[in-house]
Amino acid sequence: MSLNTHGIRAIYRFEIARTLRTITQSIIAPVLTTSLYFIVFGTAIGSRMGDIDNVSYGAFIIPGLVMLSLLNESISNASFGIYMPKWSGTIYELLSAPVSWFEVLLGYVGAAATKSVLLGLLILGTARLFVPYHIEHPVWMLGFLVLTAVTFSLFGFIIGLWADNFQKLQVVPMLIVTPLTFLGGAFYSISMLPPLWQTLSLFNPVVYLISGFRWSFYGQADVHIAVSTGMTLGFMLVCLAVIWWIFRTGYRLRR
Amino acid sequence: MPSAPSASDAIVSIRRLGKTYADGFVALKQVDLDIRRGEIFALLGPNGAGKTTLISIVCGMAKSSEGTVLVDGHDTVRDYRAARSLIGLVPQELHTDSFETVWATIKFSRGLFGKPPNDAYLEKVLRDLSLWDKRENKILTLSGGMKRRVLIAKALSHEPSILFLDEPSAGVDVELRHDMWRMVRALREAGTTIILTTHYIEEAEDMADRIGIITRGELILVEDKAVLMRKLGKKQLTLTLKTALTRLPEALSAWPLELAGDGLHLVYTFDTQKEDTGIAELLRAVAAEGIDFKDLHSSESSLEEIFVSLVHTPQVAQGVQGASA
Repeated sequence: MSLNTHGIRAIYRFEIARTLRTITQSIIAPVLTTSLYFIVFGTAIGSRMGDIDNVSYGAFIIPGLVMLSLLNESISNASFGIYMPKWSGTIYELLSAPVSWFEVLLGYVGAAATKSVLLGLLILGTARLFVPYHIEHPVWMLGFLVLTAVTFSLFGFIIGLWADNFQKLQVVPMLIVTPLTFLGGAFYSISMLPPLWQTLSLFNPVVYLISGFRWSFYGQADVHIAVSTGMTLGFMLVCLAVIWWIFRTGYRLRR
Repeated sequence: MPSAPSASDAIVSIRRLGKTYADGFVALKQVDLDIRRGEIFALLGPNGAGKTTLISIVCGMAKSSEGTVLVDGHDTVRDYRAARSLIGLVPQELHTDSFETVWATIKFSRGLFGKPPNDAYLEKVLRDLSLWDKRENKILTLSGGMKRRVLIAKALSHEPSILFLDEPSAGVDVELRHDMWRMVRALREAGTTIILTTHYIEEAEDMADRIGIITRGELILVEDKAVLMRKLGKKQLTLTLKTALTRLPEALSAWPLELAGDGLHLVYTFDTQKEDTGIAELLRAVAAEGIDFKDLHSSESSLEEIFVSLVHTPQVAQGVQGASA
């Protein structure tokens, strides 16, 4: 069966257009917020802190901060993307169109991940203005950026399908993802923690994302890159399975 | 129950379609219906009768509990892609992307339904709906009537063979309603099959080739509009009297007569299908009683009156359906 490429393109363009309409909220705000982190923790406070694993503190926190924005924006972009048609009622058109669940996913998640990757690159570019850093494995860095953006856009898509009010859209990013990112080694190496906390940290999935991403920059990681990649891929497969189930059963979509 | 559809040129075939919600509410019961290619079919029914549920299942927005729907031979579940690409849907509610422009939203709809870009066709759709001048306007700036036109334009953007209009006249002014029906007739002339639900029964009377009546989830009657009107339509002759009567004279008591308007109107109801309507004999009997009248006029019952009688006494529908089987 051939793909409805016109349908995928229509959804993708619609979502990109939505981002451009709300460029202040979707691009400028996260770049500005992350820049403030670079200024405060990288330049101002970072200069008074010691290196971690021979990397300056300002440079050390860059992968974690990019990951923080990437996770939040991927979830936010994808969840709003599919929640808005549900909220406004225009979902009727999507449900009555000759598009498969996978095509819907390619359109919405593809657009959300594209925006997140571009935002991540923009933040990396902005970081250069404040903190000198280098990237040891640029291909891995890009691959990890894309993989994380896609995976968390899928996760956001699930939240958007599940949510039946705006508050639920915000709950997961605010109360779960942000704390896990802060405790996942964005500002420190988990090897700096006492042994018990190190063990507990390994149950935090964001540790694997930040660790893998940081490895692509400086060749050093809290956990092996293969473990980080495997965990991220595993989470992506779980998200895909959940979305497939939602479309198959019509959960919160079809009456 | 309606007779089993047998039309070989059916573009939509619904068989034993049922819908029961999780809370046990039965929205549709074993519905059988064939929509003929190229016709305008009006589905009438009171609020909550199951009209929107039926449309939602055919179009893919709701899942059926039992039964099948074929659209031009394509099963709407197994072969949903082929089935849905033939259908355009104008929903009852004004669901629009408020921040999009009219042009962007119809381009989106065309793409979503798998059609390559065709700006010339979209321009024609917008011009036909008097929306061309508004193409760069954001939808939120449009009036309710204009938004309804946008929804129609979206539904037509992928050149569907079948157009579903769910309560299209709800909240629409007279001018737009007439424009819309003109457009619907033009679409039918071009070969599009139209299925509409409406509360405005005069529209169904005006537009439809066939009528289906649904109540409490059951399709109680499907009939050609003309046949329905002929079978269930009643005619009345009203005599306006010179002097008011307090009661009917004994000699006229055998006639189906009623006194109305404070005794100034004598209303005679007769069957249009009978060869002898009895009017001449009645007039002679009235004259013999010395009753003078200054005016007389006849009227026919509307589809609305027929609809109300069918919904309240479904056995009438069975009689009609049985007679036509």
